[in-house]
Amino acid sequence: MKVSMTVNGKTYTRDVEPRMLLVHFLRDELGMTGTNIGCDTSQCGACTIHMNGMAVKSCTTLAVQADGATITTIEGLANGSELHPMQKAFWENHGLQCGYCTPGMIMAATKLVENNPNMTEAEIRHGLEGNICRCTGYENIVRSVKAAAAQMGGGD
Amino acid sequence: MYPPKFDYLRADSAANALELLAANPDAKVMAGGHSLIPAMNLRLADPGTIIDIGRVADFKFLSANDGYVGIGSGTTHAEVAASSDVPSALSEAAGLIGDPQVRNRGTVGGNIAHADPASDLPTVLVALDATISTVSGSGTRMIKAGDFFVDLFETALNDGELVAEISMNQDGANTGSAYAKLSNPASRYAMVGAAARVTVEGGVFTAVSVAVGGLTPKAQAAPSVGAALVGQAATADNIAAAAAAVQNDLGDDVMGDIHASADYRRQMATVFVKRALTKATERAG
Ligand SMILES: Cc1cc2nc3c(=O)[nH]c(=O)nc-3n(C[C@H](O)[C@H](O)[C@H](O)COP(=O)(O)OP(=O)(O)OC[C@H]3O[C@@H](n4cnc5c(N)ncnc54)[C@H](O)[C@@H]3O)c2cc1C
Ligand code: FES
Ligand code: FES
Repeated sequence: MKVSMTVNGKTYTRDVEPRMLLVHFLRDELGMTGTNIGCDTSQCGACTIHMNGMAVKSCTTLAVQADGATITTIEGLANGSELHPMQKAFWENHGLQCGYCTPGMIMAATKLVENNPNMTEAEIRHGLEGNICRCTGYENIVRSVKAAAAQMGGGD
Repeated sequence: MYPPKFDYLRADSAANALELLAANPDAKVMAGGHSLIPAMNLRLADPGTIIDIGRVADFKFLSANDGYVGIGSGTTHAEVAASSDVPSALSEAAGLIGDPQVRNRGTVGGNIAHADPASDLPTVLVALDATISTVSGSGTRMIKAGDFFVDLFETALNDGELVAEISMNQDGANTGSAYAKLSNPASRYAMVGAAARVTVEGGVFTAVSVAVGGLTPKAQAAPSVGAALVGQAATADNIAAAAAAVQNDLGDDVMGDIHASADYRRQMATVFVKRALTKATERAG
C-alpha cells in the first residue's frame, strides 16, 4: 500500500506492507536510525516520535496509520547545528549513559515541557512513565528536563 | 517485532465501517491499535483483515448536555483525561492509563471492546452506570456497562457490532467520583482498580456506587459497599468499615499472577475502595 508522510519537513512516499510498523518505516525505508527499538511489548518508549504534534510510540503504530501525518524524529529536533534546548540540557546534565533510551526520552520530554513548562518533579516523573532507562536511575534525566523547561519557558 | 500479515482497509465513516465489516465478516477493526498491535506483535492475535476506524470522525466527539455527557468511541484517553465535562473518576482513570504516548493513541471504544481485565475504564464505567451505544447492520443498541462486560476479554458485542458512544450522568450537585489503582510498575495496567461515586447531603451518604476491577475476570459492581454506606454519616470510620464489605462482592475467581497473588490483590481491594471512596467524598463536598 502506498503511504506518504512528512518526516522532519520532507515528504516521503513509499509502497509498504500494511504490517510495517512506523518505526521500521523510519529506520529501514528512510534510513533514519535515530529512533530506537528497545522492546517487543510497547513499554520502553525508545521508539517515541512526534506524530501530528503528539508523542507516540512508533513501534505501536503502523506506517499505514501514519499515512498523511506530519512526523518529527530525533534527527529533526535540532535547528541545523544548534541543538534543541532539550538535547542541550541532556548533554549538560549527563542525562544519558549508554544513550539507547535517549532519543525516546528527549522526544517524550519535549512534548511534556511544551504542554506544561512548569511541571513539578513528580509531574515530570509521571510524564516519563512510558520511557524506561536501564542506566541512569532517572535522576539526571529529571534534572535535564527541569533545566530544559527553564530554557523553553512558555513552550515553542 | 513485526505483526503477522493482514489485508488493510480504511473506513472513512461509521456507515462505511459497517459496510466493510459486512463484506469482510472475519475482519477486526482497529481504533488506536494500542491493544491490537501489541497482541499481534506477540502473535496473540492474527486477524486476516484489519479495518482501520481510527479516522472515523463520527466516533470522535465529547459533548455534555443537561447533566449528561456523551463520548465518541474514538475519543483518546488523553482527550478524556483533559475533559472537565466527564465525571472526575473517568478523567482520573483515563489520565492513569499507561503513559502519555499510550494515552495519545488509545481510545475509549477500543479499551472497553478489548475488555482486558486489567483495564481501568470498565471499572469506572460500571461504577458510573454508563450506557454503551453500539451500531451494527441491524441498527443501534444501548447496553448498560454492567451488562456489557461479560468475562475475561469478552463483551456483549455481537460480530459486526461497533461501540459508537459511551454516555453517563455528570457528577451532579453534592456528588463526587474518584478512581484509585494499584498499578503494575512496568505497564501501569491495573492490578487492582476501584471506582466510586457518592452523593452526600447534610453530611450523610444518600447514594453510593462502587466497582472494582483488575483482580476479577471482569469489572465488578460492589453493591455491598453502597448498602453499608447509604444513610450513614460521611466519616472516615464509616468509609473504612464499608470498604471492607467489598470482600462480599469479589466472588471466587480473584486472579493472581507473577505480579501479585490473588490473596494480596483481595486485601488491596479493601484498601483501594477506601481510597476511592475517600477522594469521591471530598469531591462531593
Ligand atoms: C504500554 C501500554 C500500557 C497500557 N496501560 C494501560 C492501563 O494502564 N490501563 C488501561 O486501561 N489500558 C492500558 N493499555 C491499553 C490501552 O488503553 C489501549 O489503548 C486500549 O485498551 C485499546 O484502545 P485502542 O483504541 O488502541 O484499541 P485497538 O487496539 O485498536 O482495539 C482493541 C480491540 O477493540 C476492538 N475495537 C476497537 N474499537 C472498537 C469499536 N469502536 N467497536 C468495537 N470494537 C472495537 C478491536 O477490534 C480490538 O479487538 C495499555 C496499552 C499499552 C500499549
Ligand atoms: S520499542 Fe519499546 S515501546 Fe516502542
Ligand atoms: S542511558 Fe542507557 S538506557 Fe538510558
